[in-house]
Amino acid sequence: MRLLYPLVFAAFLFSAGIYGVLARRNAVMVLMSIELMLNAVNVNLIAFNAYLQDKLLSGQVFALFVIAVAAAEVGIGLAIVLLIFRNRETVNIDEVDLLRW
Amino acid sequence: MVILAWLIPALPMLAWAVILLAGKRTPGKGAPIGILAIGTGWVLSIAILARVVGGGESFHASTTWAPLSADLVIPIGILVDGLAAVLLFVVTTISLLVQVYSVSYMRGDERYTFFFAKLSLFTSGMLIVVLADNLLMLLVGWEIMGVCSYFLIGHYWEDHANSRAAVKAFLTTRVGDLGFMAGIFVLFWATHSFEIPGIVAAAHSGRLSSGTITLGAVLLFCGAIGKSGQFPLHTWLPDAMAGPTPVSALIHAATMVAAGVFLVARMYPVFEASPAALNEVALIGSLTMLIAALLALVQDDIKRVLAYSTVSQLAYMMAGLGVGGYGAGIFHLFTHAFFKALLFLAAGAIIHSIHTNNMSEMGGLRRVMPWTFATFTIGALSLAGIIPLAGFWSKDEILTQAWRVGFGGGAEGVATSTGVAQVVFVVGVLTAFLTALYVTRMLWLAFGGAYRGQGHPHEADGIMLAPLAVLATGSVVAGVVGSPLVGTDNIGKWISTALLPSEGAVTVNWGLVGSTTLVALLGILAGSALYRRGLPEREYLARIPPLYTLLEHKYYLDDLYEGVFVRAVTGQLAPATYWFDQRVIDGIVNGSALATRRLSRGLRYVQSGQAQWYAAALFVGVVGIAVVVTQVIGR
Repeated sequence: MRLLYPLVFAAFLFSAGIYGVLARRNAVMVLMSIELMLNAVNVNLIAFNAYLQDKLLSGQVFALFVIAVAAAEVGIGLAIVLLIFRNRETVNIDEVDLLRW
Repeated sequence: MVILAWLIPALPMLAWAVILLAGKRTPGKGAPIGILAIGTGWVLSIAILARVVGGGESFHASTTWAPLSADLVIPIGILVDGLAAVLLFVVTTISLLVQVYSVSYMRGDERYTFFFAKLSLFTSGMLIVVLADNLLMLLVGWEIMGVCSYFLIGHYWEDHANSRAAVKAFLTTRVGDLGFMAGIFVLFWATHSFEIPGIVAAAHSGRLSSGTITLGAVLLFCGAIGKSGQFPLHTWLPDAMAGPTPVSALIHAATMVAAGVFLVARMYPVFEASPAALNEVALIGSLTMLIAALLALVQDDIKRVLAYSTVSQLAYMMAGLGVGGYGAGIFHLFTHAFFKALLFLAAGAIIHSIHTNNMSEMGGLRRVMPWTFATFTIGALSLAGIIPLAGFWSKDEILTQAWRVGFGGGAEGVATSTGVAQVVFVVGVLTAFLTALYVTRMLWLAFGGAYRGQGHPHEADGIMLAPLAVLATGSVVAGVVGSPLVGTDNIGKWISTALLPSEGAVTVNWGLVGSTTLVALLGILAGSALYRRGLPEREYLARIPPLYTLLEHKYYLDDLYEGVFVRAVTGQLAPATYWFDQRVIDGIVNGSALATRRLSRGLRYVQSGQAQWYAAALFVGVVGIAVVVTQVIGR
């Protein structure tokens, strides 16, 4: 098995996520980008699991964990975004800067 | 018994703590505690003295206190030899009597309990000095006395002059202490020991260079000059009269000022090994005894007369030590303690009765205060050196020693030069005359003639008179102990050590004894002739204008210190250090605070509230760490 393909794919996925987190203004888009980054990690975990032929399947187990945690995280994240929108009529992340000097 | 010697200073120390913590709630407001402690010490010291008189060996016990390094060990221990035993007896006796006397004298005082606490600590300090077997421990006791003298002289601190006197006493003695400490270090550097027996043995053996010994001895003597009020640091002593009279008695008779003389005696082999140091001791002594006696002649304050008299008599002891009279000097210390404590306490009885120190407001007190008059007269005549009172024997022994070294073809083993000894003898005789003169003046002005004051004098009560009676007895008897009447050179034999053997039988030079007595009698006659009718319109010495002006200004020493040193300190040095403290030290502290503030003010803009910036920084940081880990560390 060639490890290179999944790794390059995951790297692209991760970079797209980074770009989304750093550059998008919409908080929902930022949350989606975080999902991309998490899934890039998942791809890596699965790929290494297959590559190393791990009998315990720890890569896949970790991927499942990440999916579960990501679901919880996005639930909370969307709830926050919803509340911000209700309070401030905006979901632009650069306008939410109350915690500053 | 001698093993319990450490209790003698420990008990007053304990009494100090107890009085301070609980004294006010105990019956007698703390006074019985102090008296009990010093009384026990007195009994112990009598037992120790009896042992010495019986020819017992000296006792030395010491242990390590602080082993700082292999060759720097700070020891702690006691050395009970004849010298310590004699001093223990003197200190505990005088302190006991002074404390009993104070019960009545200080009655109704605002800080009655605190006063007794201070007396106990003060006595304890002196007893530590006496028992110390090493110079550092001696210094500790020395400084305890220093700080207690500050508290005691400033007892009536509400009056600004009194607190100034306390500060003056503290700082002036501190000048001498500086030399003392330097002396300790010089001797330690030379002998690698703080222990007195080791140092004196090294000095005696001749292993040390004469320069080192002279330097060490002269520096030690600086401490003695400060503490014992010798020229030029004697100026604090008369001002120390600001304290209550029992304190004056204690300071002047048994503790504090005696410590300087004791120090010289304790380190005597070091002085003996250096002719220069001995000459210095003798010359300072001669100078001081004369100028102090002259000053005593023009004072109106009765306590100041006694203060200058103390300076003069201490100088006698110093001069005695300086001409090789180890036994004679300590003998004079011994007798002086009795009659000077007596004089001070009797003067205290007068002051307590008529509330003034000025002799111009006394007079005629012999009728109303007969007991005080009688005891004061005994003390005064003893001070004047009238046979057979205590002062006569010891003063004469000093003069005899000076005569033997100066005119008698020198004495064996005495390093003092004959010229210096001649000076000591001549000045000593002159001072004996002056002493008799001012003593007579004091007697006539205080007790003779008619009463000139405003108050209503009355005789002191029994508690005050009892110590006077005891001390009067001592002033008569104490001299006989060391006189040729009983045994030969008793005191000298008691305090002799292997390095300082007793001189044995000193032949009494009856011609000398007769002439010094004659001089003293002449002084008394002259004093009577001059002051029989009370204080003259103008003091007799005032008819010699230059001398009187000099005495009026106390030889300008106070003006010198005030004008040069005090002004330099308060005028220039203090503002300069204040500036340094405010600008440089505070500048560094405030500057670092200010720098932190400025820096953080700039740095806070990093926290912009823009979550994406944080994320970017986080990302850059992670990439940076990854690069470092893989490329630099992992390689």
